[in-house]
Amino acid sequence: MKQFAYLGVLAVCLLGTGLLEIFLRARVYRRWLRLILTLIPVVLIFTLWDVYAISRHHWTFDANFVTGIIAVANVPLEEVCFFIAIPICSILTLEAVRSMRIWPVGDEIVADVGDEQ
Amino acid sequence: MTYTQLAITGVLLAVLNDMYLLRTKLVTRRIFWVSYSIIIFFQLLSNGVLTGLRIVRYNGEVIIGSSTPVDGHPPMFGDGRVFFAPVEDLLFGFALVLLSLTMWVWLGRRGVQRTPTAGPPRFTSHSTDEK
Repeated sequence: MKQFAYLGVLAVCLLGTGLLEIFLRARVYRRWLRLILTLIPVVLIFTLWDVYAISRHHWTFDANFVTGIIAVANVPLEEVCFFIAIPICSILTLEAVRSMRIWPVGDEIVADVGDEQ
Repeated sequence: MTYTQLAITGVLLAVLNDMYLLRTKLVTRRIFWVSYSIIIFFQLLSNGVLTGLRIVRYNGEVIIGSSTPVDGHPPMFGDGRVFFAPVEDLLFGFALVLLSLTMWVWLGRRGVQRTPTAGPPRFTSHSTDEK
């Protein structure tokens, strides 16, 4: 089971923020197309960064705590999952705050009116 | 390039993208900083697990602090570390979060699933009178 440690951390993050979708009605998963289109460039850019960083030995992974599945180049599956999970958690947080407060985000129908707060 | 240099570059590019390329200007908005302060708390926790348990190990030649030790966990604070993780990770995380939120808001602005909008919370026992 140890080899699922990294994935487990990401699963906890997704389960925790998943509550925001349900209880605060963040409606991020519901807008799945917008979510996927958001993730594509993010995953691409950060996976490229990861390819470079791993090739230059900026960081390494403890083989005991990862599945050993390589997603692309020398990037473990876990890293690509990270670049999917963390953006989802972030967007859920933003939308959860919006659910609680009326502060403008910039994508409102009437945007940019008195939103310099 | 070192991780330190790349991380600073990443933050600058993410801010330039937000301010001048996609013009979502999230870094000027209160909701971004409130959201980010929540995110950074949980980032420190989850990243603290990944770095404290040495699931991810860092090369001291490319960060401000030293390499992740072979025996035992890295320092919780000090030697370029914040809650076990290199400070560079905070910059990396900021760039990742800002780029993600910028893309999300930009797409909404362009009309991609702007609706259904968030809220209201399922249980509004105390928040309704606040607006």
